[in-house]
Amino acid sequence: MPPDPRLPESGLPEMARPETLRPESLKAAIAGSEAMLYARGGQVCLSSRGRALPGLAGASVLLRTHSQLAAALGLIALDGVARRIVIAPPDVKAGHLASVIARADVEAVMGEDESLAIEGARFVPLDLSAVALAEGPQVVTEWVLFTSGTTGEPKMVAHTLAGLTGAIQPAAAADITWGTFYDIRRYGGLQILLRALLGHASLVLSDADEDVAGFLARLGRCGVTHLTGTPSHWRRALMSPANAAIAPHYVRLSGEIADQAILDSLKARFPDAAIGHAYASTEAGVGFEVTDGLEGFPASFIGRPGAVEMKVEDGRLHLRSARTASAYVGGGPDLRNDGWVDTGDVIEQRGGRFHFMGRAGGIINVGGLKINPEEVEAVINRQPGVRASRVSGRKSPITGAIVVAEVVLTEAANDNATFKEAILAACRENLPAFKVPAMLRFVPSLALTAAGKLSRNA
Amino acid sequence: MSVAAMVVDQFRQVAREQGKEIAELNDDTVLLESGLDSLCFAIIVAQLEDRLGVDPFTAAEDVYFPVTLGDFIRFYEDAAGSQAA
Repeated sequence: MPPDPRLPESGLPEMARPETLRPESLKAAIAGSEAMLYARGGQVCLSSRGRALPGLAGASVLLRTHSQLAAALGLIALDGVARRIVIAPPDVKAGHLASVIARADVEAVMGEDESLAIEGARFVPLDLSAVALAEGPQVVTEWVLFTSGTTGEPKMVAHTLAGLTGAIQPAAAADITWGTFYDIRRYGGLQILLRALLGHASLVLSDADEDVAGFLARLGRCGVTHLTGTPSHWRRALMSPANAAIAPHYVRLSGEIADQAILDSLKARFPDAAIGHAYASTEAGVGFEVTDGLEGFPASFIGRPGAVEMKVEDGRLHLRSARTASAYVGGGPDLRNDGWVDTGDVIEQRGGRFHFMGRAGGIINVGGLKINPEEVEAVINRQPGVRASRVSGRKSPITGAIVVAEVVLTEAANDNATFKEAILAACRENLPAFKVPAMLRFVPSLALTAAGKLSRNA
Repeated sequence: MSVAAMVVDQFRQVAREQGKEIAELNDDTVLLESGLDSLCFAIIVAQLEDRLGVDPFTAAEDVYFPVTLGDFIRFYEDAAGSQAA
């Protein structure tokens, strides 16, 4: 397919359209909506009414839920009422929550049942049958999201509803049913929830215990029209025979580099669908969408005026817009430099196009989840008999990258297999599964830079 | 060892390493129902690249994603064949 310098009408970047939605609050946005949230165990019509929330006006609330449906209803209930909503992602380590509560001044924890309660904060049960969905806005709520990467304690970034919804246009068509492979408790998934709510559209949410085939079948039954996920999610969907159940009009990828192979495969499988890959990050917000079916993005995006400005500095993409996060919560590096956010994504120009080359600083992106190599190295280096280690990403056509480790032992071991298993067992115990090295090999030494640091380019 | 045998061997090895219960493997086994997840397939593809010197997902001009184990094996047989030719 020849590259078309003009983007198709349907894919015009949002800045070309003056009209954007400016919701005062989520409740105002969905008032009178007949939209549905479909979850595995049932569905909720958003036009339903409920009781007011008890005593959370002006509070800082940690929303910690078992299900995505509960998270969605909790967000709608708390927006405009709470001063701050801290959204706990599903895989947050319980041990980190005490510090989250301290750093974000959390006064109350809201969730489906008391198993989600945390010492030091009041617990407020979230009654799914009686969530208040129709109150007027009172305060501008700060939305706090966890970044997907980073070591040890999770970093939290603050957004406003206006910033989070800045890229959302009025729905062009009626009867849209969104579906997403993401979790709405992270930035990428939250974008889809907000698109659905603001567009009075329905949304199908996945369940933690649901397999790919089951979710695809349910997406088909609910008549999904707009479906989003990472390239890794989509590769998995294409490997499932259950993808026969779906026929989306719109296919969207984000969260990882969308390579030409996955774009072509999706076009072949869904020839009538509009396929776009979007650039967004928890810190920088929604950047842009590319709809011409080609990987990377047109060089003309750099330096063009609009709601999102883009520039290249030190080979990395920088963004500036009203949609970037306003600050880190509870300490962290300065996020904005004259309004510009360094995305940490390395890009390279070839002809009229920029291509994504990976992350600066060695950050590894496995299926949209980011891993700091130092965090994994720290676990490996703690093991007896280990002198040094280097963790890096190896390109994968399935998950974008996998984590690989090279390990130097203090002295040659007789039984490398036992050593390897012990190191990996320690990693499994201390790290979430996606951070555990998929491949580990022993090497005699590791190269250092002139400054004596571990060389990360070898 | 034939390509097919090597692929099956790799499936078993990764399942063992990742602590996954693996289904009986035959040509009609649907990959996503084999008991392995995306990460397992990513590891299998990397290991096979090291053993066979080919990654058909990246090398192929017409990329498609295999659904069954039979598809997966043919994918590698074709890639190994075209490489040898």
